[in-house]
Amino acid sequence: MEHLELFFKSIFIDNMVFATFLGMCSYLAVSKKVTTAVGLGAAVIFVLAITVPLNWLLDQYILQPGALVWLGPEYADYDLSFLSFIMFIATIATMVQLVEIVVEKFSPSLYNSLGIFLPLIAVNCAILGGSLFMQSREIPTLGLALTYGVSSGIGWFLAILAIAAIREKIRYSNVPPALRGLGITFIITGLMAIGFMSFGGMLTGGEEETVVEDKTEQAIQIEKDKVDDKVKEIEKLSEAENTTALNE
Amino acid sequence: MGLLSKKDAKLITDPLTDDNPVTIQVLGICSALAITAELKASIVMAVAVLFVLGIGNVVISLMRNIIPSKIRIIVQLIVVATLVIIVDLVLKAFAYELSKTLSVFVGLIITNCIIMGRFEAFALANGPWKAFLDGIGNSLGYGVILIIVGFFRELLGSGTLLGYKVLGDPIAKTGVYAFGYENNGFMLLAPMALIVLGIVIWIQRSRNEALIEEH
Repeated sequence: MEHLELFFKSIFIDNMVFATFLGMCSYLAVSKKVTTAVGLGAAVIFVLAITVPLNWLLDQYILQPGALVWLGPEYADYDLSFLSFIMFIATIATMVQLVEIVVEKFSPSLYNSLGIFLPLIAVNCAILGGSLFMQSREIPTLGLALTYGVSSGIGWFLAILAIAAIREKIRYSNVPPALRGLGITFIITGLMAIGFMSFGGMLTGGEEETVVEDKTEQAIQIEKDKVDDKVKEIEKLSEAENTTALNE
Repeated sequence: MGLLSKKDAKLITDPLTDDNPVTIQVLGICSALAITAELKASIVMAVAVLFVLGIGNVVISLMRNIIPSKIRIIVQLIVVATLVIIVDLVLKAFAYELSKTLSVFVGLIITNCIIMGRFEAFALANGPWKAFLDGIGNSLGYGVILIIVGFFRELLGSGTLLGYKVLGDPIAKTGVYAFGYENNGFMLLAPMALIVLGIVIWIQRSRNEALIEEH
């Protein structure tokens, strides 16, 4: 369940392009045609799916304060988290090269479609951003880190696919000359981001509501109990009065 | 600019206008958009990039003859990452609140395309002094855009500049709020950064016809 929740959250609510502006440079540069956009998008999903879990392991067993404790109790005080930027980017750069070599060896057709984009990806901020957000959001398990990597990649893929399709069509529209190209792309992305904001309440909204209802029900119950108590008190008092009156 | 020859001065002034890294070269967009909801964060980010790009360009330029071209990207990334760690630690030590606002975007200076773009396009082919000027020029050009966007977003979004209430107090209804003016909270949300930047590009290109793109 939490996998599913994280999956939809990272695709729609925390979409890398529309909510955090990660990977904007290649998003703008490679979105002129749908086919190239699909190639880059697939490469991003692929690399995020590998680097986020890998960096999660690095973070968990080397970088976090006290993470080195598996080496022995005397290492418990070490805090290497200041090294995380350099470790993450080194992992990403090496992984990208490694992936390139492996893909070239085992699947030439995939290499031909992804090939030229792979080196580009090492400096795509979506990849490093994925690892840094994984660290700052404190994702608890390796499985969730994998889900997070894959789903943020899918979110990025969707975004670049959508803008590439729109840019192919907008060529036939009459855009003011000064806005052509970059300007109109920014404004369209802005409008798409507004659209994606409407996903915001998708996961959290329902939950909060039920909590509130529970609270009100509890409050009503407490009020009812209080009223009942008072009614009983009044009954007792009136009974007592009655008995005293009878006695007199 | 008596100190600089005309050619050197051009290295600094060009990126400010007609060769701006953000609006013309399309580099470094991510951070330009994400942290501009406040003017203060924009200025700090601009200074951080100035530091990293100025020094990084010099370092890469000094090493340009000994870096094997096959692994140059990794070497460049290591140089930037080292400089960014310095910036990050300084921010955490002296401006902790601000470093929380900037969150991961300080780290993302590493993959800020301006930096890699300038390393590849300039520092690998030029001497250290020229590379330094190019770095300063480009980061100033980046900073200008950041400050313009940050200025309008903070002014229209929360009615403040650098935290000072320049438009009056929205609760006590002083200043322009007395006439029924309301803050446009929408300016603080992410999508408006894109639209403000789109408008900046629009204005710049309609003033200079030569920059207009063919679709």
